[in-house]
Amino acid sequence: MIEVSQLRKSYGTQEVLAGVNLSIDRGESAVIIGGSGCGKSVLLRHIIGLIQPDSGDVKINGESIVELNERQLIKVRRKFGMLFQGAALFDSLTVEENVGFLLDREQTLSRAEIKKTVAEALELVDLAGTQDKKPAELSGGMRKRVGLARAIVYKPEIIVYDEPTTGLDPVVSDSIDQLVIKMRDQLNCTSIVVTHDTRSMRRVGNHVMMLHHGVIHANGKPDEIFNSTDPIVHKFVNGIADPKDLEF
Amino acid sequence: MANTADNPIKEALASLARLTYLFWEAMGSIIAKRFRMRDLVEQIHFIGVKSQSVVLLTGAFTGMVMCAQFYIQFHKVKMDSAVMSVVSVAMCRELGAVLTALMVSGRVGAAMAAQLGTMKVTEQIDALRTLATHPTDYLVAPRLLATLIALPLLTAEAIALGMVSGMIVAVYLLGLDPVFLWTNMVFYTWSEDVLMGLIKALIFAGIIATVSCYKGMNCGQGAEGVGRATTQAVVTSSIIILISNFFVTLILNKILIYSD
Repeated sequence: MIEVSQLRKSYGTQEVLAGVNLSIDRGESAVIIGGSGCGKSVLLRHIIGLIQPDSGDVKINGESIVELNERQLIKVRRKFGMLFQGAALFDSLTVEENVGFLLDREQTLSRAEIKKTVAEALELVDLAGTQDKKPAELSGGMRKRVGLARAIVYKPEIIVYDEPTTGLDPVVSDSIDQLVIKMRDQLNCTSIVVTHDTRSMRRVGNHVMMLHHGVIHANGKPDEIFNSTDPIVHKFVNGIADPKDLEF
Repeated sequence: MANTADNPIKEALASLARLTYLFWEAMGSIIAKRFRMRDLVEQIHFIGVKSQSVVLLTGAFTGMVMCAQFYIQFHKVKMDSAVMSVVSVAMCRELGAVLTALMVSGRVGAAMAAQLGTMKVTEQIDALRTLATHPTDYLVAPRLLATLIALPLLTAEAIALGMVSGMIVAVYLLGLDPVFLWTNMVFYTWSEDVLMGLIKALIFAGIIATVSCYKGMNCGQGAEGVGRATTQAVVTSSIIILISNFFVTLILNKILIYSD
């Protein structure tokens, strides 16, 4: 369903992606892990067509998206729902307007139908009754839930999560993970989760890829990654710092 | 893109090309009606209605100052009754359009750049794109069209108020004859003069909206990036307005005034 081949991207002299190859099948729950600043979010943005690569290819359902212009990409992006790291809610709109944004733009449903669909999506993320609130009135966890409701309300084929649990306390993180699993099971869609939270990775993923130095360094099931003897993977999943990094 | 950063001329030309592209893309969105009417109405309210006090004060006091200044010079050559005709022509052809555009650029252009810049740094523009919405359709087109509608109206208001306030100063403060002032003003102010001001306002509206949206949508990271984009939006659009005003004046003089 999603194929990335030899993807390269540099910013100035820094090569962030140095020939990434990966494949994600339909219905899979893929997790991309890696250290902070290793290029996970950049990779995710390439997959959804928000960034153009320097070279390489990204195929969605067999269709290459790297040569498409912004208007052509709109049709491709309709297949995606994305939860941003900071939720990226439109702060001038209410929760209801945020969640129903795409439905309102497409104008295929009546206003009453949009209201009903939005209410159902908010109920799915345990935020029923918050329709009239503005994003500024919500906590970090609630904003992420609204972001999730906005990403799933139009039933996309693929949902991508950019660091869904970053900056949240363990309890709220767990509730977000449960929601990711609920979405995957109830909507039967493909999920791509970018995270450096290994607990979260174990809970939500059935296919884990580790990005390191601009390439996919390790690829396998969560247990395979956790039990890996590769020193880089072992250090990352067990949270062990390199001694030379500790020399102040 | 990376190699233009080393060369300021290349970078300036590249920015100009991107600005022009954004303008035509937004015009395409307007023609294809890919914007929401509600957004357009909101923007017209923000640009047109909320700029009233600024524009009315600008128009009124410019007319009054001009009247007082011209009177001193005209009085020396016993041409007191021509004061208002000069005020009127200057307001119509130059000052109404330019001063209104500069004021609107400061108020509206800064707000547009700050709003879009904040949306950029908080990933709201990326969120729009993931929601299958082209940022030009949703953000730029309604702002551009609203400015194109509102600025000529604001300019017309500023011109009218400049004339009225100038007339009040001339009659009640300087003691000039209102009949002579009015007759000369109407005789020497042609419809071409008014048209020139309104055409300029239309051009300046395009400059303000496009530059401000462009600066906002391409701002740097964080609060510093938004602040810099806001300043650049006002400075750049003001400079382009002042420079383009000269060339537009030459062209419109040729077309409207000396066409006979």
